Amino acid sequence: MKKLITIFVAILSISFMAMSCGDSENTGGGDAHATSSDKGSIGIDGSSTVFPITEAVAEEYRAVAKDVQVTVGVSGTGGGFKKFSRGETDISDASRPIKQKEIDACKENNISYLELSVAYDGLAVIANPQNDWLTDITVAELKKIWEPAAKGVVMNWNQIRPEWPAEKIELYGPGTASGTFDYFTEAICGESGACRADYNSSEDDNILVTGVAGNKYALGFFGLAYYSENQDKLKLVAVDGGNGAITPSLETVKDGSYAPLSRPLFIYVNSTAAAKAHVVNFVKYYIENAGAMATDVGYIPMKDDEYAAENAKFEEFLSSLSSPATAE
Amino acid sequence: MSKAKLNRRKDQLFGYFGVFATVLGLVLLALFIFQIFSDGIGRLDLDFMKALPSRKWEKAGILPAWTGTLWIFVLTAVVVIPVGVGAGVYLEEYATKGRLSNLLEINISNLAGVPSIIYGIIGLQIFVRFMNLGGVLLAGAFTLALLILPIIIVATREAIKAVPKSIKQASYGLGATKWQTIWNQVLPIASANIITGVILALARAVGETAPLIVIGALAYVPFVAKSPMDEFTVLPMQIFNWVSRPQHGFLLNAAAAILILLLIVFLLNGLAVYLRNRSRKKFGM
Repeated sequence: MKKLITIFVAILSISFMAMSCGDSENTGGGDAHATSSDKGSIGIDGSSTVFPITEAVAEEYRAVAKDVQVTVGVSGTGGGFKKFSRGETDISDASRPIKQKEIDACKENNISYLELSVAYDGLAVIANPQNDWLTDITVAELKKIWEPAAKGVVMNWNQIRPEWPAEKIELYGPGTASGTFDYFTEAICGESGACRADYNSSEDDNILVTGVAGNKYALGFFGLAYYSENQDKLKLVAVDGGNGAITPSLETVKDGSYAPLSRPLFIYVNSTAAAKAHVVNFVKYYIENAGAMATDVGYIPMKDDEYAAENAKFEEFLSSLSSPATAE
Repeated sequence: MSKAKLNRRKDQLFGYFGVFATVLGLVLLALFIFQIFSDGIGRLDLDFMKALPSRKWEKAGILPAWTGTLWIFVLTAVVVIPVGVGAGVYLEEYATKGRLSNLLEINISNLAGVPSIIYGIIGLQIFVRFMNLGGVLLAGAFTLALLILPIIIVATREAIKAVPKSIKQASYGLGATKWQTIWNQVLPIASANIITGVILALARAVGETAPLIVIGALAYVPFVAKSPMDEFTVLPMQIFNWVSRPQHGFLLNAAAAILILLLIVFLLNGLAVYLRNRSRKKFGM
């Protein structure tokens, strides 16, 4: 018994040694380029769609202010707002604007905040490369395929356009818990969450990519970034929102012509947090670099003057705060 | 065909089935490991272990994740061993057999079948919100301890049941008290099986993602946790995060991280087998 305990203690201490070792490597590699003496921590949570951008900004910010610890969670837009409205986080990532219910929750806890747009996300309608009949599709046709009433009724391609093949449409889309699903159903079917239930769904967009890539009669939708990374396996479909068929691209999403399947991504900043200098500097850095970071991780940057407008909005918000910004 | 011949045939068939079942499992496991290996081995080096997460897959590493997993392992063990073994000893040695202990027994077995995300929700309400710990390592360890507690209680009871009655009776016969008997005779003999159970349960705990997401484990943590009150991430969170990224390189990173997680679980299981064999030799069981 004693020996066993000794062995166990030995294992524990080895683990701890390994940890403190990793620790020293971490702090040992101190950054020489630090340009800010800010100290403190910033808690961010929310949308997993916005996460890659926030992660990228936080990563770069380490070189700017090494004593500011930024942590980012992925509770989802709704989960993030829940924490935000309790004052548990400083910034919330969101792939849709805040809902009335969430606004009320913030009010109840005396949380005030500012909404900032940081980038665009395009939603791509995707077919298999062997699909030689589909090059463009109208929003009305997409609605006919995806609306709840289509379940068990609209099953074949030729039900959409008679010249299309009499083969079953294999549908692929994100699961109902994702913000992408909410946004697609709202844009196409007119109501968030209104969608047929008989389609192949997955929370992991890479599985959707594999599904569409492996089936000639497949049709799917997911984030544009997943198309960009798998162009050889997929076929991009142009969407006609009433002004002619538009193929999603950097330009068409940026200038807003790819409608209605492009959306802005947001961060929400807590006003109490915005009273702290290290948060203010981080948010300014975020707005300044969001475009470049968004491009890096596969999203679409806003125009320069739009970022300038967001920055002005933030400055105005800061000066409107009753308590002056204090350094920590 | 005579009856004896038929029985032999049945015996043979079942033998084939056994071989088939074993080979099927092994082939699937080998395929999986081969796939992970060929994807991940190229990314596996010291830099990968030492680097922080990054948006560039070739620069990203798992330092916060694997240290977080070790933290969670150690903290969960520290929390769960005294409570789980204590409860097992009580139920086996002290509790009077009756309706109440039967009810407890059934409920503990049932708890082992509750989906792990439910434990996450309990953890969020009790440890994170009510006890106001926040989404820190300690809250994660408490939650996972709850999750594996039933397994450890059952393992402890089985281990104690396997201790020969004669040894206990000899101990009582020499005038030892109940506590002296448990501490000096029963637990040492049962310890190997208890530790095997504990380590297998802990191996399950370090592979969990869902309950930790619920209590608020993070996806991007740029530091190594220094105390149980620090925020954290763990390997399964990092893997989950990487497999859903569009860039192919992150899938390679995920494979490499899975290799590290497999290695940790493999070492734990190896340790369990070693301890069991060692104690069997010692006590001749």
